[in-house]
Amino acid sequence: MTKQFRIIYKVSIIILAILAAMLIGAIILWAIGADVLKTYGVILFEPLKSTLQLSEVLLRAIPLTIIALGISVAYRSGIINIGAEGQMAMGILGTTAIALLFPDLPRAVLIPMAVLSGAVCGAFWGFIPGILKAKLQVSELLSTVMLNYIAAQFYTFFLRGPMLDPAEITMGSGTPQSMRLSKNLWLDRFLPGTRLHTGIFFALILALLIYLLLWKTSFGYKMRAAGASSRAARYGGINVTWYLVIAMAISGAFAGMAGAIEIAGVHRRAIEGITGGYGFSGIVVALFGGLHPAGIIPASFFFGLLIVGADMTQRMVGVPANMVNVLQGIIILVIVATKMILADPYLMEKVWRKYQKRTHRLKEVQA
Amino acid sequence: MNFIVNILSLGIPFSVALLIASLGEMFNQRAGIFNLGCEGIMAMGAFLGMLVPYSIAQGGPTSGIYNILGLVLAMVVGALFGLLFGFVVVTFRAPQGIAGIGLQMFGVGTAGTLFRHFVGGTQSIPGIDNLPIPGLSKIPLLGPIFFSHNLLVYLAFLFVPVAWYILFKTPWGLKVRAVGTNPRAADSIGIQVNKVRFQALAVGGALAGLAGAYLSLAQAKMFSDEIIAGRGFIAVALVYFGHWHPVKIMAGALLFSLAQSLQLAIQGQGINFPYEFAVMLPYVMVILVLAFSRESQLLGPTALGQPFNREKRT
Repeated sequence: MTKQFRIIYKVSIIILAILAAMLIGAIILWAIGADVLKTYGVILFEPLKSTLQLSEVLLRAIPLTIIALGISVAYRSGIINIGAEGQMAMGILGTTAIALLFPDLPRAVLIPMAVLSGAVCGAFWGFIPGILKAKLQVSELLSTVMLNYIAAQFYTFFLRGPMLDPAEITMGSGTPQSMRLSKNLWLDRFLPGTRLHTGIFFALILALLIYLLLWKTSFGYKMRAAGASSRAARYGGINVTWYLVIAMAISGAFAGMAGAIEIAGVHRRAIEGITGGYGFSGIVVALFGGLHPAGIIPASFFFGLLIVGADMTQRMVGVPANMVNVLQGIIILVIVATKMILADPYLMEKVWRKYQKRTHRLKEVQA
Repeated sequence: MNFIVNILSLGIPFSVALLIASLGEMFNQRAGIFNLGCEGIMAMGAFLGMLVPYSIAQGGPTSGIYNILGLVLAMVVGALFGLLFGFVVVTFRAPQGIAGIGLQMFGVGTAGTLFRHFVGGTQSIPGIDNLPIPGLSKIPLLGPIFFSHNLLVYLAFLFVPVAWYILFKTPWGLKVRAVGTNPRAADSIGIQVNKVRFQALAVGGALAGLAGAYLSLAQAKMFSDEIIAGRGFIAVALVYFGHWHPVKIMAGALLFSLAQSLQLAIQGQGINFPYEFAVMLPYVMVILVLAFSRESQLLGPTALGQPFNREKRT
């Protein structure tokens, strides 16, 4: 097999996968009578046309990056974290609690403390399914999903009860939200006229940290070993269950930090619907980014683009914004299938033989 | 006494969606496929089930035939979703857990997109009426508890022995159990492993679609984005809890729905208990159930979650 053929084979499979994903999406779009090409055009290119929209894309890429980094740590350690949605909600509660309790602390103390509190709450919410998996063999797929629903209820309970804005009680409008958080928590918005905040640098630093952790420390090596082959890792003397729990806690901490950054940078108070599917999109971003920080950063930009683009289709071509969930679902299915095809050497050999036969015949005909 | 009758007569119809979906998931898992996309298929079923009666009989009189059409459509599309999942995890042998999440997002997203386009906002539909069985429903206590529900409730409980018969007494059921327990041995005696798995996925998908349609047509009589509310995932957990056996799964579904109706009844009595914690209850129960039934995993299909590759050794 020539090297050239290998590259062509892999590239063409990836192109086929992208086409397959777009085709399934096109079927749904066709079913609602939308202009397929125009809709894809709006989703993929419209947000890039103005600085404001572009900043919104980056704004959504920030939590996506942080969550996807956490999910990739868990995934590489052999545990799938679907609970980022709940962990993020718990992180928001932790951050809000600190900001409400100590509003007068100076910025340099309050921001790290609040983010840390968010990380701890998220880590705790990730630790639960981790320890359940390690000690009681509870499937993390089911426990994390259930914890998402539980966290969502905790979240509304706190927003309606202990954290409810006192102004809401006097006004009587009853919107479940906290009061505006202390100014000392706010992250700077460095691009005038947009909401883009300094959290973006925080996300990039975290990406670097995860890269160093997973590939440059023995701790990360052991984590990846546990995920690649738990049997071999156990034989090699690695305490696999322990790394599993740690990986889940790290994963939860990242989702919690994403929540902390989101309210400190964007909303500046805890309101309903902040998590809004970031936890699930994070899974897609992590997979799409190849579970590597260097891939996750562009992938989160791409999915930020999809989210903003899907919002715009609602106004411009009348396609509901839910379309972004459809696309994300298809992308997961296509990625996992494509990965298996690319990893199958037998299939590649089969195609190679067919290709050779054809070229032989062509040569004979030419001769 | 009235209080208890109320709880039971509410809880039994609540259990139907869980019961049908878990029986479908049971067929999947018995064949070795862990289908976490159940939630997504149910969402599609719930939307399609209400779409037909809503759009054909807009405002006008509805007839039972439209409801049946809705149920059939939900089952057909559910089966197609099952086959799509099979294409990914059986043909391409992709990891089933993460692929299931993909299917769930795809199903929920598609249902939401189509709903916004074809229906728009919350619309209630007449749905399926209750069908008290003449005579039997007049029996005191037992009548309201067992014999005054809609037709689907009776059919769902009738399906429990049918599912048992299919799984344990028919050649197809034997094949399903064989490919889920030892696919290589099944293959060596001429069973087409992947074909049986596809069939099981189609059956499971159709049942999940039906369960979703039950929610929108008979239980809520409307569709909303949150209509499934994790029941698809609970159904998957119930299969573990029920040790992959139809009767035990029925017991689990009843346990869950009775807990839910008990919670509603307590709320109705005006006992002050934060609403959010009451809603949390079933999800907490799932985790507890899974945590305390871990030995059940030894009883499960041994090839659960493992793709079968004919060309590979072991």
